[in-house]
Amino acid sequence: MFALAATASHAAAPPFEDTIAQRTQACTACHGREGRAASDGYYPRIAGKPAGYLYHQLVNFRDGRRHYGLMAQMVDPLSDAYLMEIAQYFSQLDLPYPAPQPSSALADMLRRGQTLVQQGDATRQIPACVQCHGAALTGVAPNIPGLLGLPRDYLNAQLGAWRTGQRRAHAPDCMGAVARQLNLDEVNAVTYWLAAQPVPANTHPATALPVLLPGTKAIACGSAP
Amino acid sequence: MKRITFGVCVLVLAIAALVWHLNTRDEPDLSASLSTLSQPVNATPELLARGAYLARAGNCAACHTTRGGVPYAGGRGIDTPFGMVYSSNLTPDIGTGIGSWSAAEFWRALHNGRSKDGRLLYPAFPYPSYTLVSRADSDALYAYLRSLPATAQPATPHALRWPFNQQPALAVWRALYFTPARFQPEPAQSAEWNRGAYLVRGLGHCGACHTARNALGATDDRLDLAGGLIPVQNWYAPSLTSPQEAGVHDWPLEDTVRLLQTGMSSQGAVLGPMAEVVQQSTQYLSSQDLTAMATYLKALPHTPTQPVRNTSVAVRNVQRGAKLYDQHCAQCHGDQGQGVQIQGGQMAYPALAGNRAVTLANTANLVHAVRNGGFAPATAGNPRPFGMPPFVLVLSDADIAAVLSHIRASWGNQAAAVGELDVSRLR
Repeated sequence: MFALAATASHAAAPPFEDTIAQRTQACTACHGREGRAASDGYYPRIAGKPAGYLYHQLVNFRDGRRHYGLMAQMVDPLSDAYLMEIAQYFSQLDLPYPAPQPSSALADMLRRGQTLVQQGDATRQIPACVQCHGAALTGVAPNIPGLLGLPRDYLNAQLGAWRTGQRRAHAPDCMGAVARQLNLDEVNAVTYWLAAQPVPANTHPATALPVLLPGTKAIACGSAP
Repeated sequence: MKRITFGVCVLVLAIAALVWHLNTRDEPDLSASLSTLSQPVNATPELLARGAYLARAGNCAACHTTRGGVPYAGGRGIDTPFGMVYSSNLTPDIGTGIGSWSAAEFWRALHNGRSKDGRLLYPAFPYPSYTLVSRADSDALYAYLRSLPATAQPATPHALRWPFNQQPALAVWRALYFTPARFQPEPAQSAEWNRGAYLVRGLGHCGACHTARNALGATDDRLDLAGGLIPVQNWYAPSLTSPQEAGVHDWPLEDTVRLLQTGMSSQGAVLGPMAEVVQQSTQYLSSQDLTAMATYLKALPHTPTQPVRNTSVAVRNVQRGAKLYDQHCAQCHGDQGQGVQIQGGQMAYPALAGNRAVTLANTANLVHAVRNGGFAPATAGNPRPFGMPPFVLVLSDADIAAVLSHIRASWGNQAAAVGELDVSRLR
C-alpha cells in the first residue's frame, strides 16, 4: 500500500500547496522524504531531531564551523528566523525509524562500545555518551541530538570530523574535546554498538539531562548552554 | 653607444615619471596636517546612521568579513585569476585595522586606491567604482567604521603570482586602467537619474560584476554594464543593457525596485552572487534610492545581444531531456514550464518558458542552478523563500546538458543547446 502510494506520487505530482514542507523541498531532496534520511548513509535523518540542535547545525554550516559546500551555499541566503522555522518544522516530524543495521562486529568490540557509551572511562575522564545524550540516547531537548537510528557510516564520519576539528560547535566545544580523547578503536567500538541498537518505543528526546552518575562532573558545552 | 644608453635611460625615466604621475592624480595632500582635509569627523548619530546605510549600499561587509567572522574585520579571500587577495580589517583597531587612519587617508583609499602606508591597493577592492563616492559619503563611512568594536585581526598576506604581486606592476596597471574621478551630475537628466547613476556606478559597484573584464582584470568602459563572467566563480552577471539578458528598459520601475528589495519580481528571482547582493545590501536601501537606481538602469543604452540560434541536437538527447524534465523538474516548474504562482502574484517557482535567465547565451548560471540548487534570499519582503534542490548527486553532466537543452528549446524558448562539455568545464 505504501509502496503503491510512493510510486503514484512519482507519476502524478501532488497539487501545489504553500506549506513549509513545500518550501523546504531543497532539504528533503537529499535528506529523504520528510527528512527521514537518504539511503546512502551520508545525508542523515533530520526528522524529529531537537529543534535547537538542528538550528545550530544550520548556523554552523553558514558560519564555517561545519564544512559541506552544498549545505553552506544552501543556507547562505537565509535568515536566522527562517533557519529556526525550518529547524522547528523538521523537529516536529514524528516518523518511524528503520530497524538497526545488522552488525558484523565481534562481541568484544560491541561490549567495549557499550561500556564507553553507558559508562565512559573514568580513568581518562571520558564521559559516557548517555550523560549528555540522554539515558535512552534519544537526545535531550532542545539542543542535544539522539545517537540512535543513525547509520554507522554517518556516526564514523561525524566522530572523525570532530576529532580532526573539521566539525566544530560553539565554544566550549565539548563534543570536540570528547572525540579527541577517543582513539580510532574506541570510535569504531562506539559506532558499532550505537548503530546496532534499536530505537526505543518512545523516540522523543528527553526533556532534561539525566542525573549525574556518582563521581562524574557536568560538562560545559557552548552548543547546549 | 653612449647616446643610445642615455636615450634608453631617459625613456625609462620618462615612463616611470608618467606612471608615477598617473598614479598620483587627484590625491589629497595629507602632509598639511592642519588642512581641512585632515580635520576629524564629528560623529553625530545621524552621520553614523548615514555611514551604516552607505556601508550596506557598498556591501562592504560581504568582502570584509570571513564566514562566521567578526563583521568588517577582514580576512576573506577573494579568488582572482591572478591569485588570492585577502580583504583588510576595517574595524578601528590601531594595530591591525583603521584605528590610526585619518578621514583623509580613508578617502584616499576609496578615491585613489592607496593605503595609509602609501601602498597601491589591488582593484579587487573596487576603487575604480568607489572613486566616484563623494568626500561627504566617505566621511560618513569612515565615522561608521570607526564606531565599530575594535577587533585585532592581522591581515592575511595576499597570495598573488609574480608579477601581479609587484607594486610597480600594479602602478603600470593603474596607469593604463584607473583614473580617479568625481561624480559629475548630468544636468540634462533628472535628480533621480543622477542619484541612481551615483549609486550604481559608485558605491553599488554594479560594474564590478556586470561589466566584462579584459585579460588583465580591468573592466572595459566601452562595454559598461553589458554583462561579464565573474572570474573564478564562473557565474555570468548578465548584461543590464540588453533586452535579451537583464536589461530593465521594458520593466515598470516598481518591478526593478521589488527585485532589488525582495529578491523576487514577477519576472523571476535573483540567484547566485546576486542573491548575496540583495540579501546583504540592496534590501536595506530606501525605496527612494532603489527607485533612483531603477530609473538609471531603465535609461541605460540598449545593446541587444545577438541570439545564438538553436543548433541541432540528436533526437536521442531531445527525448532524454524531455524525460528528465518530467521526472525531476515538472513538479515545480510545470509541464509547460509555466512555474507556480502563489498569492499576491509572487512566483513560488519561476516560469522557465520565456525566462531570460534560461535563454542566456552564457549557460554557466543554469548549470550552477541545476547542480547546486539553492534558495532565493530571505528578505523582509520575502522572508520565507522557496528552495530548489541540488541535482549534483542525481544527474550526470550529460543529463544536465540534456535537460537544459530541452528547457532552452521548449514552450517558445529558442536558445542554443547545452553540450556536456559546457557542463563539465564548470566543475
